[in-house]
Amino acid sequence: MLEQYIPIGFMFIVAIIFGIVMSKLSEWLGPKNPNDVKLSTYESGMEPVLSARERVSVKYYMVAMLFILFDIEVVFLYPWAVNFRSLGLFGFVEMLVFTVVLMLGYIYLLKKGALKWQ
Amino acid sequence: MTVDAILFFIVAAGAVASAVLMITGQNPVKSVLFLIVNFFCLAVLYLILHAQFIAIIQILVYAGAIMVLFLFVIMLLNLGTEEKHVDALNMKRSVAVILSCIVLFLILIAIGLPAAGTGGLPASALVNGTVETIGRDLFRQYLLPFEITSLLLLGAMVGVIVLAKKHFE
Amino acid sequence: MELLIPVIKISVVLGVLLGVVAYTVLVERRVAAAIQNRVGPNRVGWNGLLQPLADVIKLVMKEDIVPKQANRFIHDLAPMISMAIALITFAVIPFGDSITLFGQAIKLQIASVNIGILYILAMTSLGVYGITLSGWSSNSKYSLLGGLRSSAQMLSYELAMGLSVIGVVMIAGSLELDKIVQTQHGWMWNILLQPVGFVTFVVASFAETNRHPFDLPEAEPELVGGYHTEYSGLKFGLFFLAEYTNMVTSSAVITTLFLGGWQIPYIGLAGLPAFWVSILQVLAFCVKVYLLVLFFIIIRWTIPRFRYDQLMNLGWKVMLPLSVLNLLVTGLVILYL
Repeated sequence: MLEQYIPIGFMFIVAIIFGIVMSKLSEWLGPKNPNDVKLSTYESGMEPVLSARERVSVKYYMVAMLFILFDIEVVFLYPWAVNFRSLGLFGFVEMLVFTVVLMLGYIYLLKKGALKWQ
Repeated sequence: MTVDAILFFIVAAGAVASAVLMITGQNPVKSVLFLIVNFFCLAVLYLILHAQFIAIIQILVYAGAIMVLFLFVIMLLNLGTEEKHVDALNMKRSVAVILSCIVLFLILIAIGLPAAGTGGLPASALVNGTVETIGRDLFRQYLLPFEITSLLLLGAMVGVIVLAKKHFE
Repeated sequence: MELLIPVIKISVVLGVLLGVVAYTVLVERRVAAAIQNRVGPNRVGWNGLLQPLADVIKLVMKEDIVPKQANRFIHDLAPMISMAIALITFAVIPFGDSITLFGQAIKLQIASVNIGILYILAMTSLGVYGITLSGWSSNSKYSLLGGLRSSAQMLSYELAMGLSVIGVVMIAGSLELDKIVQTQHGWMWNILLQPVGFVTFVVASFAETNRHPFDLPEAEPELVGGYHTEYSGLKFGLFFLAEYTNMVTSSAVITTLFLGGWQIPYIGLAGLPAFWVSILQVLAFCVKVYLLVLFFIIIRWTIPRFRYDQLMNLGWKVMLPLSVLNLLVTGLVILYL
């Protein structure tokens, strides 16, 4: 194990305990007098109609999918950027090819209207 | 036992437990959460092996991007608790059992082999996990696989469009 | 002793961070009041200085309501995730150079790791869960829409965020945040070397923290409270705290990456003892961060909100190509200058 990560581990533990205690605090200390109206879902004072868990637009799925693809590109860029000076022009051209291929995909997405929101 | 070994057993137990809970859970959103816990355990295991870059990528790409997609798909399809059509999947189930047995068998062979589990990490592994060394190797030695990755990503992009096309034309 | 120093550092940092966050809520209310020509909260304590305490006590004593239709476990979990992740991000930010106390050099950073920036990006990307899960688990239409919108927004801007840091990494040749600060000595701040990267990063930070003008997840006129409509008591308070913590943390990240971190230009010429230089540097860091926080606040009360399609267009059609272009230009400049 790398020693540098031990404080991060501590930080995780402290933050999680803080989160649990804080979110339980008003459950422990607050008043408890629930009734049916109070526990119903908020819908601007009307009786709730249907469940909220309906199918949602495919757009959100597209965003998540495209995000993964570009995120992988970004992840590749980091080791490249760290070594940029030692890789020199060769490395630059290498990444240029990679980026151009992905940007072709990006232009294709634009042309197909995948990034259009109404 | 060293600190590393103790940590390994705790985290490995966590990884196995979260994997089991993920499979047996009835609520798909909870399964996603257990899978994320599992990825965190894996990231710590990578850290124990000094693979810092892989560890953070495990969290950044798997926990931060791919699981978000899973969550979206669950919301998109409005999967509530797992429905009772499991019995229709008997064929798939038996195939899964056979494949799992094969994997288990291979793992047992691997454990039995003399090379596994001897000594600590090789000295080179201690520095190889940093971003610097990975970049140096990736962009010199493994240049071609790297460039081909871009084509793979391009293919996936086209795939997304084809799948969702009729909804925005 | 080995373990004591990190524990002390964590306690001090978290204490200061939470204190600053609590008072930022008050500052925001006072600034908003000043902008709208009102007075703002000034009754609790001297000039309203005890207002944050009063707010917390009020939230603690409120009833904790979980709707019948909600998924109890995940409903409880979501605010915890939001808050914990907002706090964890601070672990890699250097708030000063090293300082010598009782004959021991102490690095003013909780953890200096090889993958510094990637750690921040990873934690930012995990922030999506708190909001998405709260939206889904509440089983309310407003919450679900708020949660979905917000996660799509955060995903879109994370790309621009990740891409705009790469210019900085190319200049520094390292992902370690303390090294990045050290390369920004004198006036070599990255805001001057990477102006485009700075602008895209700041815009992306606004979107990531769900702050105005990108606060669509909780756009009151359309979505009531957005993803936290169905939360009450301290669980609502946690989302609120997480938002302000994220704002302070983002300001700290922007300071570290683009505004020279704890650097004070030419402080070496003043001939001060090393101890006081370190103290001044920590103060400089705090001042820079807080000026950025004030900037976040002032923007909120002066600029109208984006429409959702405008926001997505800005993210995918302007920020993304702009940061890729910035990256290529930076590469050419480093190669040929």
